[in-house]
Amino acid sequence: MEWINILIQGALLGGIYALFAIGLSLSFGIMRLVNIAHGDLIVLSAYASLVVVDGTGVNPVTSLILVVPLMFAVGYALQRGLLNLTLSGGLLPPLLVTFGISIIIQNTLLQFFGAHTHRLQLGVIETQALRLPGGIAIGLYPLLVFVVALISIGGLQLLFYRTRLGRAFRAASDDADTAELMGIDNRHLYALALGIAMIFTALAGVLFAIRTNFDPASGPIRLILAFEAVIIGGLGSLWGTLLGGVILGLSQAVGAALSPTWQILAGHIAFLIILILRPSGLFPRTRD
Amino acid sequence: MPQPLEPIRVERATPASRAFAVGIVPGLIALAALPWWSDAGNMRLVAEMAYYLALAQLWNLLAGYAGLVSVGQQVYVGLGGYAFFYTTRALDLNVYLALPLAALFACVMAVPISFAVFRLRGAYFAVGTWVVSEAFMLGASLIEAVGAGSGLSLTPDIVRQISPDRGVRDTIIYLMSLGVSALVVGIVYLLLRSRHGLALTAIRDSEPASASLGVNTFRTKLAIYIITAACTGFIGGLIFLQKLRISPEAGFSINDWTVVVIFMVVIGGIGTIEGPFIGMLVYILLRELLADYGTVYLIVMGLIAVAVMLKAPGGLWGWIVQRYGLQLFPVSRRLASAPPSEAEQPSAH
Amino acid sequence: MTTLLRTKKLSAFYGDFQALFDVDITVEEGETVAIIGANGAGKTTLLRAVAGALESAPEMIEFAGEAIGHHTPHTLVRLGIAMVPEGRKLFSSLSVEENLMVGSHCGRPGPWSLSRIYELFPPLSTLRHLPAHALSGGQQQMAAVGRALMSNPRLLLCDELSLGLAPSVIKDIYVCLGQITAQGTTVIIVEQDIDRALSASRRFYCLQEGRLALAAPTANFDRAAITAAYFGL
Repeated sequence: MEWINILIQGALLGGIYALFAIGLSLSFGIMRLVNIAHGDLIVLSAYASLVVVDGTGVNPVTSLILVVPLMFAVGYALQRGLLNLTLSGGLLPPLLVTFGISIIIQNTLLQFFGAHTHRLQLGVIETQALRLPGGIAIGLYPLLVFVVALISIGGLQLLFYRTRLGRAFRAASDDADTAELMGIDNRHLYALALGIAMIFTALAGVLFAIRTNFDPASGPIRLILAFEAVIIGGLGSLWGTLLGGVILGLSQAVGAALSPTWQILAGHIAFLIILILRPSGLFPRTRD
Repeated sequence: MPQPLEPIRVERATPASRAFAVGIVPGLIALAALPWWSDAGNMRLVAEMAYYLALAQLWNLLAGYAGLVSVGQQVYVGLGGYAFFYTTRALDLNVYLALPLAALFACVMAVPISFAVFRLRGAYFAVGTWVVSEAFMLGASLIEAVGAGSGLSLTPDIVRQISPDRGVRDTIIYLMSLGVSALVVGIVYLLLRSRHGLALTAIRDSEPASASLGVNTFRTKLAIYIITAACTGFIGGLIFLQKLRISPEAGFSINDWTVVVIFMVVIGGIGTIEGPFIGMLVYILLRELLADYGTVYLIVMGLIAVAVMLKAPGGLWGWIVQRYGLQLFPVSRRLASAPPSEAEQPSAH
Repeated sequence: MTTLLRTKKLSAFYGDFQALFDVDITVEEGETVAIIGANGAGKTTLLRAVAGALESAPEMIEFAGEAIGHHTPHTLVRLGIAMVPEGRKLFSSLSVEENLMVGSHCGRPGPWSLSRIYELFPPLSTLRHLPAHALSGGQQQMAAVGRALMSNPRLLLCDELSLGLAPSVIKDIYVCLGQITAQGTTVIIVEQDIDRALSASRRFYCLQEGRLALAAPTANFDRAAITAAYFGL
């Protein structure tokens, strides 16, 4: 019975990992940009929420009303003002510029907030569980996070396949030059893409910070977890990313059951094994 | 009657490089003699500069020439360091044998690691190498035989193998650091001068073009990856010999061994041998100047690196080359139309 | 007749390589003009410069009296210039209908709509939900033209419509082109197939290695002179 609960817990972890990964996936799918600062932007969202919560006394979820538009604006400005400039220079500029931004964000947060950890508090819901017959317990908060991930991905699929903007995203992803010739303003479109990615990054940042301690150096591991979910699931498919997150969560849960300190490492090992055996992931969609 | 073709030579040295080769000698002698005219603090600083320079040259070789942007080279620093500590402590190996063995260990580990990470390309490769390093860091913190979370320390006996006298020991380690740095720069320089270096420069300039001309890009890149892993492992052993203890966080620290190295190369000039020298000096300067402000120097370096990448991708050295056409480490080949003696004679054209 | 497009000493570069040298062309509103020339003569470069895909000095290209050389392609679509790119360049992960809808992204008002495009190209109607890459060459060409029309352009730039297509298919497409020009749309056709280009146009320009070699009305023009200009003899 314990094993079923462990597996459920692991699978639900996939929800937060998928939320981590959405921003990365959008960025790569539309702009072919791997944003090394992605994890740090997740942590930045958490700190933004912290500031709002400390300043106004609202709970973290309510703080999203301010944090989400803020991070949207940050994403739009970052892409339009800086990252758009790196897109035509080959491999190095986007990678090194986002790497630089990552270090800048980490150390700026360190200067402002210090090195100690914080956590956002939501209340008793954090530890409540749904009790089902047979001794099965499903954590309420992880379940809610998973549902948020489902709704997010569902919403994005609708955006991509049912709207004018989504069509423009997919066209630019197929052929950016021709998209421009068809009347699509790529500079604005890419900025919108990162802005939208930041909406989910902000969500992810606040939701993870409610359950996990965070500090200025928490960014890189989030990037890695997002990256692992995307690679395991296969590039180009958001539902694949969710599944990748679930598999990652399951691997971690199995590792943690053997010994708690093995949790993250178990995820890395699963990732590396899948990388060696099926490099294009389990459900790949895009050609690079 | 068509004129006979003038004899052509392939020339490498430039006036600047010749001047540099001569002018640098007193500087090198002064550096080598540092233990006798300065103190232990300065020795440590210069030794640190030396191994950062070496790490920067190696990262530049990987990223600037072979096009492999790795954000995970710290894994070999850690692996080399841990190999050194383990062989000297548990296997009683002599210090002077343990260092090359650390290089060998890193080299051997690079093979399976490359098997995994070479599945990825571009930015994915970068993050993949990072994941590998994180995995090893976690692994080291879980294995009791290498001290788990608290790591390992060098016993006084091991350290005294170099010399029982503290002053002599510091001097030897210092000279070893200088030596390794010079060796790495030498290896990189000779490699780039060779046929393989030409292949690498071609790959740097255009991978598809060089592949279509018959350069075996995969084998070349793999060879470079493994060579840099071995050298990085050696440096890792040396670094932690000086620090006297190693832990997972310190051994596999991305901040200590990769972040600053990348900034150095980018700011100095990626894809050149001269670049890392300049970048290393910029780093030390900023770090010392801003020492009172915590990690502000990292923010400054980050901003400069971003600005360099956007405005002057060739770095500080690249800007100098564009302006003055200098080359201090002559690796490129030029065609010269006649032997120098004839060119100096006045001629009627 | 008003002048819709005029280039003034248009030069274009790909990095250090100069592809166009001081090219002057004029296109009146409602005309169909052909640009012919051998491979590498600069025809596609000229179209791309007009469409904004290549950077030019503002005054080098004039559209409806306005200097547009510096504009980005998407701005020019809004102003009424649309391109049917060489090689079709349909969006491969989008369906035919979605490709057409992308064409109307900028929202320019006008006579063209999905239903009108399907009337013009009936085969597209049956294929509308298929992914673009599943179509034959001729069908893709129709879709590419339809996509450009969806932006209700004043000026339509057609780059090598006949490339890789069977003669009967090419004939059909040029018939449709006739219906488009009958609406009053100005068209520039770029073709390597001289006969096809001249039969569809009133005037033509011939480019040779980036320079204007010949400019004349097509009616009864001496073929020998065209061949000479085409090959730079």
